[in-house]
Amino acid sequence: MEVSRIIMPILYVVLAPLLGALLTGCDRKISARMQRRVGPPILQPIYDVIKLFKKQVIGVDRAQGFLLFTNLILTVLTGCLFCLGMDLLMVFFILATSSSFLYLAVCVTGSPMSSMAAQRELVQEMAVEPATILAALGFYLATGSFGTLRIASQPVSAIIKTPGFFIAFCFVLTVRMRKSPFDTAQSEHAHQELVQGITTEMGARNLAMFQITEWYETILMLGVAALYFLNSNPWSILLAVVVILALYFVEILLDNTCARLKWKDLLIDLWAVTLLCDGINLIILMMI
Amino acid sequence: MAVIPFLILFPLVISVVMFSVRVNRIRNAIAYASCAVIMAATVALVVLWAQRGGGVQQYYVNTEAVNRVILLAEVVLMVFVTICCVRKRRWYISLLSIVPTLAIVWLETAGPARAPLAHIYLDNLAVLMCLIVGFIGCLIIVYAVGYMHGYQHYHRDIPDRRYYFFFVLFLFIGAMFGFVLSADLLWIDLFWETTSVCSFLLIGYTTLPEAETNSFRALWMNLLGGCALAAAIVLDALHTSTTDLHLLVNDCRAGNTVSLICVALIAFAALTKAAQLPFSNWLLGAMVAPTPSSALLHSATMVKAGIYILFRLSPAMTGNYCGMMISFVGGFTFLAASIMAIAQDDAKKVLAMSTISNLGLMVACAGVGRPETLWAGVFLLIFHAISKSLLFQDVGATENSLHSRDIEEMQGLLYRLPKLAIIMFIGICGMFLAPFGMLISKWAALRAAVDERNIILTFFICFGSGTTSFYWTKWLGKIITRSSKPKVKDITKKNEMLSLWIHTILMIGICALFPFLSGLFVDPLVTQIFGSYTQVIPNRILVLLVVLILFFFAVPVVSYLRSRNMAMNRKLSYMSGINTGNNDAFTGSCGQEQPLVVSNLYFKKVFARKVLMLPCEVISTAVIIVMLTMTIGGAF
Amino acid sequence: MANVKRSPWILHYDGSSCNGCDIEVLACMTPVYDAERLGVENTGDPMQADILLITGGINAQNAPVVKQLYDQMPRPKVVVAVGICACTGGVFKDCYNILGGADKVIPVDIYVPGCAARPESIIDGIVQARDLFQKRSEEHDALIRKQKMEKNAKENG
Repeated sequence: MEVSRIIMPILYVVLAPLLGALLTGCDRKISARMQRRVGPPILQPIYDVIKLFKKQVIGVDRAQGFLLFTNLILTVLTGCLFCLGMDLLMVFFILATSSSFLYLAVCVTGSPMSSMAAQRELVQEMAVEPATILAALGFYLATGSFGTLRIASQPVSAIIKTPGFFIAFCFVLTVRMRKSPFDTAQSEHAHQELVQGITTEMGARNLAMFQITEWYETILMLGVAALYFLNSNPWSILLAVVVILALYFVEILLDNTCARLKWKDLLIDLWAVTLLCDGINLIILMMI
Repeated sequence: MAVIPFLILFPLVISVVMFSVRVNRIRNAIAYASCAVIMAATVALVVLWAQRGGGVQQYYVNTEAVNRVILLAEVVLMVFVTICCVRKRRWYISLLSIVPTLAIVWLETAGPARAPLAHIYLDNLAVLMCLIVGFIGCLIIVYAVGYMHGYQHYHRDIPDRRYYFFFVLFLFIGAMFGFVLSADLLWIDLFWETTSVCSFLLIGYTTLPEAETNSFRALWMNLLGGCALAAAIVLDALHTSTTDLHLLVNDCRAGNTVSLICVALIAFAALTKAAQLPFSNWLLGAMVAPTPSSALLHSATMVKAGIYILFRLSPAMTGNYCGMMISFVGGFTFLAASIMAIAQDDAKKVLAMSTISNLGLMVACAGVGRPETLWAGVFLLIFHAISKSLLFQDVGATENSLHSRDIEEMQGLLYRLPKLAIIMFIGICGMFLAPFGMLISKWAALRAAVDERNIILTFFICFGSGTTSFYWTKWLGKIITRSSKPKVKDITKKNEMLSLWIHTILMIGICALFPFLSGLFVDPLVTQIFGSYTQVIPNRILVLLVVLILFFFAVPVVSYLRSRNMAMNRKLSYMSGINTGNNDAFTGSCGQEQPLVVSNLYFKKVFARKVLMLPCEVISTAVIIVMLTMTIGGAF
Repeated sequence: MANVKRSPWILHYDGSSCNGCDIEVLACMTPVYDAERLGVENTGDPMQADILLITGGINAQNAPVVKQLYDQMPRPKVVVAVGICACTGGVFKDCYNILGGADKVIPVDIYVPGCAARPESIIDGIVQARDLFQKRSEEHDALIRKQKMEKNAKENG
């Protein structure tokens, strides 16, 4: 038991970026196929990051590098806490803190494009925070625990009692993975609008660091999504993996078919979904 | 314990001295000395209290003569308020003072005989409040000595009445000590009215028309609370023939319905004092006064009085309409005020809104009426007192140097006024970031709300937490954003800086000592009030959090040190290739240099106070009326 | 794995062109030509770009802009002039406001002729550019290594 508790975080630290890179690679390949293109190789994201590390170290402001590094470390730390079976609420709170560091890293340059994107990023944070916290509360109400390992070892999956929370969490996932229609902050290569959004002033090593942080975060968020399906039966792991892959596919599909929403619509949509899905589910769970 | 009357009377004596000494230098020296004395006396109180075994201690049972003095003081206060009101042609406000005072006078002279009671009640909560009032309050006075010097220097149009300002400040401190140490509701009533009048006087300091309007608004709202308090006292005295606050709470827990009405009335009074929603405007209006008075009103004294009394009443509010009213109004205020704070670009107004919002959370914690929420509430109280006092003083000092308190003007403050910016940064982090205290309290409150199955409060906290981090992060970003504006001369006085640094160290220290503070002091406090207590957040996690705090400080510092010597090629920021070379301007369409202006989002059309305040007031008023009616109706 | 040429990111800048070449550059990204299979990404941000694709001639107004964008790109970097205007100034060469091709202000490595340049030749230009990018990257690595060794030698005595 003790050994396996230490193994999980180590696995996360080592494998999460690789897994994240592979998922992103598949994402780009599938997107290309959806547009009837050949698309880049699956390992393309890894090539990109290696190249970014090999380039000349540049930056607009010296502070940006260390803020991004702090963001990376805090995100990894959050993931480790998650794997250690810590309190889910605490995990989300620390994740929010690391996002604040990202915000600071983006707006420290004071450049027009990234400052605008930073504001949008902040609106996104505000939009997803209630649903994120409520997701943790939903787990608590369904399983009686905030601890991630406890949640994952229940006799029945949490999804049975928390379908509403899961739906709202899917929206959170879309925002966190920066997919259309909720990707106002980062306008990625396929749909540029604010140059490169929050990454506008990041080049070379800084961009690589940001990219790796994103992978860690994506895997963490997918891990939370997996919590909905895991139970004491080992086969539930397979179920969770299948559902997550399906979810990822839906995200890609959405990304390729939806136009970007404005911040106001994003805020209204997310809060409405939160109120509706989380609200109804919460009332049912609390009343019973 | 002679130190208790000393703590109450000494500031009063000093305030008279302040009023009579008109030589600035001498008065300042006396102010410093008496601040030191008050702090020493506070420490003495804590030591004596601990020597006698801590816990609940009661003193001064036979105080006939003092009771007469208290009654006399109350009448004097009434006369003073009436004169003020009539002079400014607002005689109707004085009715709010005359009616309750006469009721109290009737009760003391012709009312039923009352059982003897211990007038001074000393327990962990009272000691905590004394520490906050004594230390934070006195530090603010130390700061005020330096600040007011600069203030009068720059505001030539405002008559120099510093003797009057310090008179009120010390009076305020004395009244607060009296308020938190008394157990007799009649004494509490006097000190309550005194703080109301003190805030009225402080807000009206500048004698400008706006200050006058705002000060009278503060007066009538607080006097309205005073009316409710007096009604509760009379009702309680007629019903149980005692005016002991603690007996009242016990009666109410025993299921006495008339006591519940008293509790509801006192809780209503506390809502006005804690500037909860229909009554929030007085605290916002208090911004016209010089900064030290806002710091005092917001962090150490005035509003904390309301919170203090609600904490005392908390066990009586478990699972009844009164508790529902308080927790709804508190939670609603938390959310609404934090949304309105988004639209503010004036630093002091953001602070004011966030005070109201945080107080809302504390009020909600008290209203839920569970030991766990009280635990969270007490920590909120501690952290809020320190960080808010810190932020107010810092913004005041920044305003003196920068001549503006517009958050947009604070771009690049880290490079222009480094010391003040770092302090401000720490203060803001303390208000919402992960390992700091406010967030832990919010966490505990959230868990307790879920355990209580309080759906509405859960939603208020979840959404409010999102909006809260929005406006704070926005501000943080502005401070560290690179700016090419020239450095500003830091004209902060040494004594102002001293107070600021002590606050900063206190805040970080309390964060680091969090689990010990919880185990040694706050857990017994909750047990004293509720009789029982189980931990919300286990000690294991609290210790882990402390480790995290150290980690959080270490990561940015280490990565900063690491990156400092790393080779980096400086590039211009991206402006489509027309950056003029300094990152602060670009080439316009006619070849001229256009300055670059980057602004934060404020959503002024959607979230402005003008738009949201009225509906919020209507909703909260309706809830209060309905719940009060149900509480009173339920008694018959 | 260490081959940086697998990931050439492009910054596309339009000088004073007739937009013909620009449309062809964008056509390279469409399903028919799909330059992304070579790892090409159209970044639009000089900080992240490896290859600067310039279309259209240089005039008095955009000369400083091209210089600034080129300066903002981190080394190693490659410049490709796409279309005859970017190569020499083209039919606009003698206009009063045209300075000439992109090489009047920054060093151009690859010239892709044509009016407008065909997507095939643009992609060919990119492929040549990425080989050059690889070569320069190796030179850059060697330089960094040398600097490090010199620094270490200095510190050790």
